[in-house]
Amino acid sequence: MNQSQTNATQLNFRGYDTKGFFDELIDEHDKPRLGAELLLRKFEELPDEEILQRQQMAERSLFQMGITFNVYGDNQGVEKIFPFDLVPRIIASEEWNRLERGLKQRIRALNLFIDDIYHDQKIIKDKVVPEVMLKSAKSFREQCIGINPPAGIWCHITGTDLVRDKDGTIYVLEDNLRCPSGVSYVLQNRFIMKRSFPWLFDASNVRPVLDYPGRLFQLLEYLAPEGIESPTVAVLTPGVFNSAYYEHSFLAQQMGVELVEGRDLVIHDGYVCMRTTKGFQRVDVLYRRIDDDFIDPKAFREDSMLGVPGLMEAYRNGRIALANAPGTGIADDKVIYAYVEKLIKYYLNEDAIIPNVPTYVCYDDKEREYVLANLDKLVVKAANEAGGYGMLIGPHASEDERRKFADLIQENPRNYIAQPTLSLSRIPTIVEDKFEGRHVDLRPYILYGEDIFVLPGGLTRVALKKGSLVVNSSQGGGSKDTWVIGSSPQQSQSQQQS
Amino acid sequence: MLSRVADSIYWMSRYVERAENLARFVDVTHNMSLDLPRGSEQQWGALVYASGDQEYFEKHYGKPTRENVTQFLTFDPEYSGSILSCVQAARENARSVRESISSEMWEQLNQFYLTVCDAARAGLPESPNDFYLHVKNSSHLFVGITVTTFSQGEAWHFSRLGRVLERADKTSRILDVKYFTLLPSVADVGTPIDDLQWSAVLRSVSGFEMFRRRHHGITPKRVVGFLVLDRQFPRAIMHCVDTAFRSLHSISGSPQGTFWNIAEKQLGQLRSELAYSTVDEIIAIGLHEFLDSLQTKLNDIGGGIHQSFIAMNPDGQAKPSITTEA
Repeated sequence: MNQSQTNATQLNFRGYDTKGFFDELIDEHDKPRLGAELLLRKFEELPDEEILQRQQMAERSLFQMGITFNVYGDNQGVEKIFPFDLVPRIIASEEWNRLERGLKQRIRALNLFIDDIYHDQKIIKDKVVPEVMLKSAKSFREQCIGINPPAGIWCHITGTDLVRDKDGTIYVLEDNLRCPSGVSYVLQNRFIMKRSFPWLFDASNVRPVLDYPGRLFQLLEYLAPEGIESPTVAVLTPGVFNSAYYEHSFLAQQMGVELVEGRDLVIHDGYVCMRTTKGFQRVDVLYRRIDDDFIDPKAFREDSMLGVPGLMEAYRNGRIALANAPGTGIADDKVIYAYVEKLIKYYLNEDAIIPNVPTYVCYDDKEREYVLANLDKLVVKAANEAGGYGMLIGPHASEDERRKFADLIQENPRNYIAQPTLSLSRIPTIVEDKFEGRHVDLRPYILYGEDIFVLPGGLTRVALKKGSLVVNSSQGGGSKDTWVIGSSPQQSQSQQQS
Repeated sequence: MLSRVADSIYWMSRYVERAENLARFVDVTHNMSLDLPRGSEQQWGALVYASGDQEYFEKHYGKPTRENVTQFLTFDPEYSGSILSCVQAARENARSVRESISSEMWEQLNQFYLTVCDAARAGLPESPNDFYLHVKNSSHLFVGITVTTFSQGEAWHFSRLGRVLERADKTSRILDVKYFTLLPSVADVGTPIDDLQWSAVLRSVSGFEMFRRRHHGITPKRVVGFLVLDRQFPRAIMHCVDTAFRSLHSISGSPQGTFWNIAEKQLGQLRSELAYSTVDEIIAIGLHEFLDSLQTKLNDIGGGIHQSFIAMNPDGQAKPSITTEA
């Protein structure tokens, strides 16, 4: 590319290797993909030092903004940032528009499923989902049966993990319907990119993301119990030691609402109140970032120190709105996941726009047989575990580990699913002083209120270690800005702010 | 506003102010010791005494010297009263209320902390003035950013309250220690003595020029009068108490001259006491005794604020009122 550039720079895309993988910016003929031409040209034109300097500036500004993780056991200022890479991911508007439709479709179906599960359970009666799947799901909450959340919406804020395989197909890898995190990084990454490359934004028609906090606030206000004109909204956090604390505080700040901890709240006359300097003040809507288990020691785990005793009762009586509603975890159970395409068909009578990763349910005799015979090719996941625990990556596992998993599956087949090992797409990433391909996933964020809003793009997480498929921040993952290029259908009519 | 947030904002300000005053303390002692014969460590011992943590000091450092007292008050990570620990505590408080303060305030305080950490790792240079100046300026910058970016409602008043109460306490301590060092005999009060040393004390609270404009010639009595009773000089105790008084009434909404809670009662009493005192009366009581009792009262006021606004117990409070406005 750009052969006229003859100075001995390293930070260019000549010799950039895309073999064997789908690259998000450069196609198999070494040509820029749709929407990426301008970006790649600009990066090639920039001198190496300038790119590296901007990369350093970006990291420094993350430190200055205090967007850091604590390293526990050390209070002497050893803090880390969630690494950020300067090369953005680009999604052309045609592809994005399809993803957006698919995500909206999926969230509508999942919401109908949750509502059905806590009411009539038609889907069980019609035998689309076997009853045992529900009975044995840890995330099913009896306490939620019969509850009618405002407007019938349970999952208000969702982060859905998408991955792209070798052939370019995008799959849903996971639905996160409880307390998905990461959206603050989307906003901060954008903020930094705008500061680093203002002219690139000028020329690129990138869809804006900075209206997210405003949209989130609108959604939360919409959920307020009826008859309250200007509701008091607050974000409920486990506290400053939680790893996502920065995000909780950032969102509260951006929305201009209080950030409360469990100990700031009491139930008074059946209402949820905050302790203020002027006495107790009612709260109408809580965006809670505490898991169901810990939210109310009277209703769930007794040993929880984080929650508010009596919160569930106030919720059941319609005196406080909770986002997300308790109980949504049933729909992101890893085994229920296998049925989502069927749920979409059942509730909406539509075919899934974004496919699931092909999934074998070990509960099914035939599928289990296949899984046991092909453990060396598959990824096995336990239903009730998260964060990479209880997982077997067949091709990388030892004979012993595979045998251990075979036993586990036979002991408790309901608890396991298996999927083919995907080869995640890659994207150029600055590694020391050159570009190398690194694997990425994508987590778009969806707000479900009066209507459904999908934040254009989302969080692109990148596995910074060579060859690694693990994008988690705890294991050497970083993030990138995500650009949806081109106007949205609505936007082309009324130009918005950038 | 949330009680917890009010508390953190109050302490955030207090700790920033405390760090600034520590820098002033150490810096002025460095300056003054340059004029004294080598080997006279009395001043450094007095600083340890003023910290109120002699026991900790003796256990970890032994006899006070210029080097070890400087390390103790500046970078000791284990000692909660060092500049490093204060800036860290200020930042931790700010971190827990990031959503309530402006991002400029947070970023400046975060930057302040990172710089102090860097300095602690590098160790103090031969001439540490620049570092103490930096601490002082960082604190000033923080206050300036607070005044220009933070809505001046309840939270702002809590931050000002914390700042001026801390400052009143620290001005009284600087005065106490230096008065003791510079004026061992009461008979010397009112006689023109070492101009150089007293002007260093005034400079340590940035009060030299302001003092000059008001009094011209330096006498210990005038310095005491200026630092305790001046209503206009921002670091004078009277000025601080008066400012705290106004903030407290803005927070609770009660008319001045009345009180709705214990903190207002205590602060109103102290303000009146100062307002109707003369410097001669203070010297007659004994400056040290006067300042000691003042520090106790300031402490009690801190306790009263906690009791009135922060430590609200749902079971203990007689009749909690539900308000719907923020």
